[in-house]
Amino acid sequence: MATQQSTSANPKVNYKYRRNKARQEMRTQVTSFALMIFLTLIAFIMVMAGFDKYFVLPVLLVLAAVQVVLQLYNFMHMSHKGHEGVALFLYTGVFIAFITILTFLTIVWW
Amino acid sequence: MDTQHKFTSRTWPESPEKTTLEGKNKFLGFWLFLGGETVLFASLFATYLALKDKVPSDSHKLAADMFELPLVFIMTMLLLTSSLTSVYAMYHMKNYNFQKMKTWLIITVGLGLAFLGFEIYEFNHYVHEYEHTFTSSAFGSAFYTLVGFHGGHVVIGLGWFLLLLIRNSKRGLDLYNAPKFFVASLYWHFIDVVWVFIFTVVYLMGMVG
Repeated sequence: MATQQSTSANPKVNYKYRRNKARQEMRTQVTSFALMIFLTLIAFIMVMAGFDKYFVLPVLLVLAAVQVVLQLYNFMHMSHKGHEGVALFLYTGVFIAFITILTFLTIVWW
Repeated sequence: MDTQHKFTSRTWPESPEKTTLEGKNKFLGFWLFLGGETVLFASLFATYLALKDKVPSDSHKLAADMFELPLVFIMTMLLLTSSLTSVYAMYHMKNYNFQKMKTWLIITVGLGLAFLGFEIYEFNHYVHEYEHTFTSSAFGSAFYTLVGFHGGHVVIGLGWFLLLLIRNSKRGLDLYNAPKFFVASLYWHFIDVVWVFIFTVVYLMGMVG
């Protein structure tokens, strides 16, 4: 957080630099959006084309995972500094989520 | 720094959402909440996966009989695009451009409303065409709980954006409302994250079997 304060201490000097940085970041965002649309298209086309179930299912899950990482790190700015605590909360949530799904599935199916 | 302090685009801090203590606390608390939401949706997903296609008799429709991919595809595109438009809104928020931020947030709300409209149509279609209701089977209960909970989040997200827009329409940007807009947009992205799993796990995997 300290580094963020220092850049805003004299905003006039950094104004152009910040504007440029924001614009570049926005370009990254649009790229990751295009990538997300592309991944979604692949997922839908795979299902509509009727490929083998045991091929499609794992690929679908991988595509979803990649999309979520793009959302979290680009759209939700987790790639920025100062998100260490945030990452801890979220990964704890994901870990418990994984255990929850695993538990339900194994108890019901086996 | 006083939260009501008037800025210009040159004096506006680089991370307005985290400049005040209140903003920092909001930011931390919100991510804590998202961790909890992750667990909530995980238990709903787990329930759905365990109860999928569990119907009392052959007369009930199964997932693969009901779902229509074109509809789900349109809904996915709407929500994904609304995620990008709220990124644009935050881009203008950081550039201290209140008008453009409002415009992009209104576009986001519009896309969210369109998504909601399709979802209502979808549920209505299932209920009247296939008699797939909340009480018709365990599959129905699990389906409507999971997808409906997400739809409920969309409603809350839309209400949140609208209330912020109305409440601050004449105020302009300051360090008091910047964290509010920022957190609302994070919430909106989270709704999109959940939808990514819904269209993958419920619809696409439901069609595959």
